Amino acid sequence: MSTGTDKTGGHHVTPLNVYLGIGFGLLILTAITITVSFINLGGWNVVVALVIASIKGSLVALFFMHLFYDKKIYSIVFSMGLVFLSIFMALTLFDTLRRGDIDMIKAEPFKKEAAIYDNRPGPDSTSEHNSGRH
Amino acid sequence: MDHSENRPAYLAHHFSNIAQQADAAKLGMWVFLLTEVLLFGGLFVAYSVFRAWNPEMFYNAHKYLNVTLGSINTVVLITSSVTMALSIRSMQLGKRQQTLAFLWSTLLLACVFLVIKYFEYSHKIHLGQLPGKYYTFTGVQGTNPHIFFSIYFAMTGLHGVHVLAGMFVIIWMIIKTSRNMFSPEYYTPLEMTGLYWHLVDLIWIYLFPLFYLIG
Amino acid sequence: MTVSNNYLQEPKGLKSWLFTLDHKRIAILYLVGISLSFILGGILALLIRWELISPAQNIVGAETYNRLFTLHGAVMIFLFIIPGIPAAMGNFVLPLMLGAKDVAFPRLNLTSWYIYMFGMILALVSIVTGSVDTGWTFYTPYSTQTSGAVVAMTTAVFILGFSSIFTGLNFLVTIHKLRAPGMTWFKMPLFIWAIYATAIIQILATPVLAITLVLLILERTLGIGIFDPAMGGDPVLFQHFFWFYSHPAVYIMILPAMGVISELIATFSHKRIFGYRAIAFSSFGIAFISFLVWGHHMFTSGQSELASMIFSFLTFLVAIPSGIKVFNWLATMYKGSISLEAPMLWALGFLFLFSIGGLTGMFLSTLATDIHLHDTYFVVAHFHYVMFGGTVMAFFGGLHYWWPKMWGRMYNEFWAKIAVLLVFVGFNATFFSQFILGAKGMPRRYWTYLPQYTRLHGFSSIGSIIMAVGFVIMIIYLLHSIFKGRKAGTNPWGSLTMEWETSSPPPPQNFEKDMVLTHGPYDYDKAVPNKN
Repeated sequence: MSTGTDKTGGHHVTPLNVYLGIGFGLLILTAITITVSFINLGGWNVVVALVIASIKGSLVALFFMHLFYDKKIYSIVFSMGLVFLSIFMALTLFDTLRRGDIDMIKAEPFKKEAAIYDNRPGPDSTSEHNSGRH
Repeated sequence: MDHSENRPAYLAHHFSNIAQQADAAKLGMWVFLLTEVLLFGGLFVAYSVFRAWNPEMFYNAHKYLNVTLGSINTVVLITSSVTMALSIRSMQLGKRQQTLAFLWSTLLLACVFLVIKYFEYSHKIHLGQLPGKYYTFTGVQGTNPHIFFSIYFAMTGLHGVHVLAGMFVIIWMIIKTSRNMFSPEYYTPLEMTGLYWHLVDLIWIYLFPLFYLIG
Repeated sequence: MTVSNNYLQEPKGLKSWLFTLDHKRIAILYLVGISLSFILGGILALLIRWELISPAQNIVGAETYNRLFTLHGAVMIFLFIIPGIPAAMGNFVLPLMLGAKDVAFPRLNLTSWYIYMFGMILALVSIVTGSVDTGWTFYTPYSTQTSGAVVAMTTAVFILGFSSIFTGLNFLVTIHKLRAPGMTWFKMPLFIWAIYATAIIQILATPVLAITLVLLILERTLGIGIFDPAMGGDPVLFQHFFWFYSHPAVYIMILPAMGVISELIATFSHKRIFGYRAIAFSSFGIAFISFLVWGHHMFTSGQSELASMIFSFLTFLVAIPSGIKVFNWLATMYKGSISLEAPMLWALGFLFLFSIGGLTGMFLSTLATDIHLHDTYFVVAHFHYVMFGGTVMAFFGGLHYWWPKMWGRMYNEFWAKIAVLLVFVGFNATFFSQFILGAKGMPRRYWTYLPQYTRLHGFSSIGSIIMAVGFVIMIIYLLHSIFKGRKAGTNPWGSLTMEWETSSPPPPQNFEKDMVLTHGPYDYDKAVPNKN
């Protein structure tokens, strides 16, 4: 009688070389991420680092944690965490990265005329026109 | 209701069969891991907010982390995940001594991880790179460098607490395995321990580049 | 009839209760704690309303007043309403409704109760050892600097959070794995769908509360500076962290209540529920959207305008699934054979009061109007209409509905009707006046006020006394019924859900035989319920 069921309803024993292969792959990816971090890619460094980390994490989740062989429900449960974490991060950053927007808007002078009049000569040839939005 | 059927001792009264019980345990464990993702996730959000606000300070401060020690710890945890996975596989194949050997290896590697962290922490304490109001180090350029170290200690500290808790659970599994309480038909607690341990590794896989490898 | 081997009597002894693994006993243990918390929170409320009956000091000074409203909020939210329906009723009813013998993890269930009691004791200790005056929201920087038992109280809340997480985890796995043969997803009662959606929120949101409180404690003890502007931190970040949990938390409060209402309306209209799938899916819709709107508590906090606009828009969306439910309940009642026993009266009260509460939420979600209404009594009235007029009405409706199943006794129907009437009248007197107070500018959490608000405050305080009388009457007849009430049959209401197919009270193993689904939960047009 099997204990726990995978997606085939059976009792799956992962082959030894899968575990060793994935372990080795993780070590290689670790070496890659360390090496790349010493190359200056500007803003792309963090992107590359996170992509490599995500590949490593996926290998751990799929093979060490058996998600590749298991029923889909467990993968759904795990990905829910990542979905909601992304929501938390995104909406919070919408606040923290865009603070102070109102200060810039308030700093602009009030415009008395609509923008459509900016480049037309008015009835008064010496009329002022705003120098633009910024 | 037939109570006279041949029910094994490890099958609880409210489950119909062992497959249902094992599936329930696995689902419960994954749901628990989900709560851990959200728990650490909050700290990842705090990290993102403060790194976005202070990118140069984060870069300057991270130089005081020891990449060699961090890399060794990464290798240590990855290896411990391999040994943990192999310990469960050994019990699936009914090899109790092998299971114990791999469990002890995992435990040993966890110890190494914590010892290395102890050295890292004590070095920082020595330099005055402490969280919050206790920060006295003057070497980092940029505003409010204590923020980096506060978040570093909070995240690696919480992770370390989880490593320690995992070690206690592994010891418990070693005891139960030694007492012959597991078999190829029933090894659910081992499997659950494995899932927890792999999550601990997974979190470190993200912590390592975010703190040690800021390019 | 009361079977001799019902779960109340077998096994015997205090130890058998304190170490029980029987979900029904654990539910009763929770019910005791939750009821005591409601009474404590209610007494705190009465003290608040007594102080506010006139602008002058009546019974307490300003410092103590701040502690009163903080504790009223913390006790009511963390000790009563969040565990409330899931722990006291879900624990009892869920396995019975599914035809199961217990929840998936009975030992975890008992552990959840012990965690709840430990958190409760720690919260009570913190009240005595210095108390908290920050409001239940613990906003920084005040909460990091004020003296008082902030660390003790936040630790208590941290501990209580685990009780909530473990309950949600247990219920989710139970619903997935322990349904009786034949009970497919769309043959489950809607109360189960509601509990499932609640469990999702409990699991996803509560860990963020945990980390928020940890950071607050670190800020207070180590001064990490993450929320302190003088240290380069951000106090608004605390609010993001706090409300990421606390907004979904209000749906932990209302979703189980909506589940109860679905059961009550169907049973007491003796009619198939209208729009089963719509109600089921709307529970999930509410759970999902609830995670997208937390910034509507922060419109005046200094968060970016972009974030405020996004949160305002997303908040409008949550009204849609809530509205779907209300319309479906009304459609269920249409041409039904309605009987007005006490549980149905509580449900009808819910429909009226929750609708008002929900609609006033629209005023608050509108960014421009919220600027004026934020931190006024309008907000206080809104959330009392949804939490009390919604969840509490459903809690007592469910309690009266499942009371005969739990105790094998009927309560006194005449006094039950009196109680619901007094609570309904008292509630509206207390809180409708607060909408007006808020619109006229009365700020919340204030110990005193300008003379022009005196009449409305006085009216509100008198309303609270009427409510209190209703609850006192309820406590008396409910306790009396446990010992002296008329013995209840298996199915006094003539309902078709599975918990009514076993004796009242049930035997320890729930059912006399392994259960198999024989009819849907709302098949009033096909099956005849065996009412007795």
